Amino acid sequence: MTLNAAITGVGMSDIGRKTGRPAMAHLAEAAKRALECAGLTKDDIDGISTYPGKADNSPGMSPLGTGEVRNALGLQTRWHSAVPDGPSQMAPLMVAAMAVATGQARHVLCFRALTESSSQTATQRASIPGAGRARLGGWYSYLVPANAMSASNWAGWMATRYFHEFGMTREHLGLVATGQRAFARHNPSAVMQAPLSMDDYLGARMISSPLGLFDCDVPIDGACVIIVSAADAARDCARAPLTIEAMGAALASQETWDQRTDLTTMGAHDSAADMWKRTDLKPADVDMLALYDGFSIFVPYWLEAFGFCGHGEAKDFIAEGNIGPGGRFPVNTGGGQLSGGRLHGFGLLHEACTQLWGNAGGRQVADAKTAVCGMGGGFISGSMLIRRD
Amino acid sequence: MRPLPELTPENTAFWTGGADGKLMIAFCADCNHAIHPPQLICPKCWSEAVESRPVPGTGTVYTYTVNHQPWAPGMQVPFTLAVVDLDGAPGVRVTAEVVGTDPESVAIGQTMRISFANIEDIWFPQWEKAQ
Repeated sequence: MTLNAAITGVGMSDIGRKTGRPAMAHLAEAAKRALECAGLTKDDIDGISTYPGKADNSPGMSPLGTGEVRNALGLQTRWHSAVPDGPSQMAPLMVAAMAVATGQARHVLCFRALTESSSQTATQRASIPGAGRARLGGWYSYLVPANAMSASNWAGWMATRYFHEFGMTREHLGLVATGQRAFARHNPSAVMQAPLSMDDYLGARMISSPLGLFDCDVPIDGACVIIVSAADAARDCARAPLTIEAMGAALASQETWDQRTDLTTMGAHDSAADMWKRTDLKPADVDMLALYDGFSIFVPYWLEAFGFCGHGEAKDFIAEGNIGPGGRFPVNTGGGQLSGGRLHGFGLLHEACTQLWGNAGGRQVADAKTAVCGMGGGFISGSMLIRRD
Repeated sequence: MRPLPELTPENTAFWTGGADGKLMIAFCADCNHAIHPPQLICPKCWSEAVESRPVPGTGTVYTYTVNHQPWAPGMQVPFTLAVVDLDGAPGVRVTAEVVGTDPESVAIGQTMRISFANIEDIWFPQWEKAQ
């Protein structure tokens, strides 16, 4: 059930902390690099797609919409779309795939830009939902006013329940954090490259139990561009097209972080199962994994959601060395968001593409041909399987 | 100053029931489905006969987290957020701050009872350990 859509280019700006650099400068740099990667020119781009769109009340979280970027880059398009309410941060990529598969566009520039680091430095807590509004509505109005303001709280109580049911400990999550840091040391663009030991991990301050500082991803300033092209157009690009084998976007529960019947599962379990229904490939066919790690606890959830191990088995799967350097199913080989910085999933998929093109340097997974990507945490979720033929 | 929810026809009973010392939960009058967060129509049968009913205000801790990070100016830490399975409203959880106890003493399975804190026109649920 392969889609007639492929990833043909990726580009990331020089990401950093407190860069003070305008979001558009990051975006333009990422776009140039993505076009160069794909062997395309500005005039080849006829579509644009992003998540979530410009967020005026939370500028660090999303400073740019399609309007600003179309204007700044002088793009003429046949398709444009910003998706705040779709299947996770992956939604703009899914929309782009559907746009090219149905002939609405040939090459869609998908982007994510954040200036969260600079924004927080300016004492604006941009990642608090509804920040700056007089009164809150929507699903988070049952959490934020209750002083459950941060996603680290929401992920924290998921982790507490998971620990309780399955005997996971902080050391298991420490293996996720330290393993990804070991990968990051081979990724020159990762923002966190200093060695991270288990003692460092365990000794760091608690944020929202059982999650400590190194269980939380790193706010950064930066942008990432991923170009999604029609299958026939992709064959004319500079690199082997990375075919989108399957996507999954199912969601079976309410859009809340506390009402799902079993909080040792999350939306990932719905979208991942939906994705596998659309392909003959199996988890054993996957060479590397790009799993959303806004918090370390999401990694074991995603591993189980995609069926790399059974429910409750992720702690052993991780402890056996499967996901770190040298493992059979390496996860987030660029360091993930925990060490690479929070590009809201786009950075994880950027790394998966880099691996499939064989450009991952000292962290390269030998002959990686197939990658699975899961974006989102809690009820937010989207799944995608990509392959190089 | 914590952010306040906007009052709407479907949520006013939940956010103001505390004025009478009552935890009000939305139920479908036709199929008896407990609805939280509250809605104008029943998500299960689409009946428009949704009503708010008082529930006992007790429950069991399903999960929790101890928050150590001050996310807003003036936020006092640490404190515990408990996600509590409500008695009398199957499938409904109310997430609220735990008060009146050592934040580190909350555990899964602990029975809790509700109390309320008033700010402006909102009565916030908060959880205390049931003795």
